[in-house]
Amino acid sequence: MIDKEVASAAVAVADIHSGASVMIGGFGTAGMPDQLIDALIARGVGDLTIINNNAGNGEAGVAALIKAGRVRKIICSFPRQSDSHHFDAAYRAGQIELELVPQGNLAARIQAAGAGLGAIFTPTGYGTLLAEGKETREIDGKHYVLEHPIKADFALIKAHKGDRWGNLIYRETARNFGPIMAMAATTTIAQVSEIVELGAIDPEIVVSPGIFVQRVVQIASTTNHALAA
Amino acid sequence: MYRLTRDQMAARVARDIPEGAYVNLGIGLPTKVANYLPQEREIFLQSENGLLGMGPAPTPGEEDWELINAGKQPVTLLAGGSFFHHADSFAMMRGGHLDICVLGAFQVSVRGDLANWHTGEPDAIPAVGGAMDLAIGAKQTFVMMELLTKQGESKLVETCTYPLTGLGCVSRIYTDLAVFDVGPDGARVIEIVDGLSIEALRKLTGLKLAASDEMQPA
Repeated sequence: MIDKEVASAAVAVADIHSGASVMIGGFGTAGMPDQLIDALIARGVGDLTIINNNAGNGEAGVAALIKAGRVRKIICSFPRQSDSHHFDAAYRAGQIELELVPQGNLAARIQAAGAGLGAIFTPTGYGTLLAEGKETREIDGKHYVLEHPIKADFALIKAHKGDRWGNLIYRETARNFGPIMAMAATTTIAQVSEIVELGAIDPEIVVSPGIFVQRVVQIASTTNHALAA
Repeated sequence: MYRLTRDQMAARVARDIPEGAYVNLGIGLPTKVANYLPQEREIFLQSENGLLGMGPAPTPGEEDWELINAGKQPVTLLAGGSFFHHADSFAMMRGGHLDICVLGAFQVSVRGDLANWHTGEPDAIPAVGGAMDLAIGAKQTFVMMELLTKQGESKLVETCTYPLTGLGCVSRIYTDLAVFDVGPDGARVIEIVDGLSIEALRKLTGLKLAASDEMQPA
């Protein structure tokens, strides 16, 4: 019997090693898998490359990982926010490397990795600082920049419901990067608010089919907390 | 000299958004446009973090922090609205499905180059978010901004000095003093506030501005 359910967040992240690349879902705190990140911090590994839209908000999640000094490099679109003080401090101290990627290119590069594409030509960023030094091409009279896929050893994502085969559905705008990160990582670990029986999720509405998900851990939902912009 | 308030600017932009348009309103000043969309028009608001059919802010106490907009503020979803992941969201822009995007700006050039993501100061921590995707993705990109900086410098310029967000992507600029069309042929004034002459506007901006034949008071 295939059962991707694991007993705890600690067990779910037990093989994440120092130096690993780790995608973390979430847009701000919506969809951020805080408990998986807490377990990763508790494991004590460092030198991580983190892929997330932001670079931490407030004190929890990615912010806590940065505060703990575990992140060598972050690939993101919007690091600087009113509550990104842990990233700001680490960046100004030269302790963290930043690769800034336009948000849509971040999504497209993650999706390209998950889809097995060699690279993509994207119009976003053409003629700007973020395309400097990159190959460009004119196709049908429009200019494009060559961007390479972003893959990772692990993805930590948050979904609403899952089953033992790894099928997932999400909740509202907490979906954000979850489905594409699940495709782009070697090992995808989903924390879900509820694990349900096989067949209990209507197959017509499965968002991430189980083939993209290796581990599922049930963690009671903690969605309703405020955050700053 | 008469100037439009920020709310009047928002109302002016809203007038140009037609029934059935798919629209993304950027963070900051453009979000005000939502307050002035005519009730009788059905207009679809997209938020790039993954929703279409965005409704107004929830009543206090009803906030759901998994239902937020791109500014990470709680919102609501209209009946008929939908959720989707980030790759689909940005395909809506890049793929040319979004009709109108309204953005703020530091500078816009007369050819429609946009600078709105980075001041270029060496100690600034850069953050781009969806600005570059939005600027080049929508069928029409509108900019909404005060025409002059606090120091009185024109933000409509011959050539942007701030780092660019996108090349030739803006088609129209709504300001507190005038409305402009911009593009390969340069800037053209299509509306101007009462009491301001085209000559005075040319002096304020330092630009050779063409005037539309049908130029109207804003």
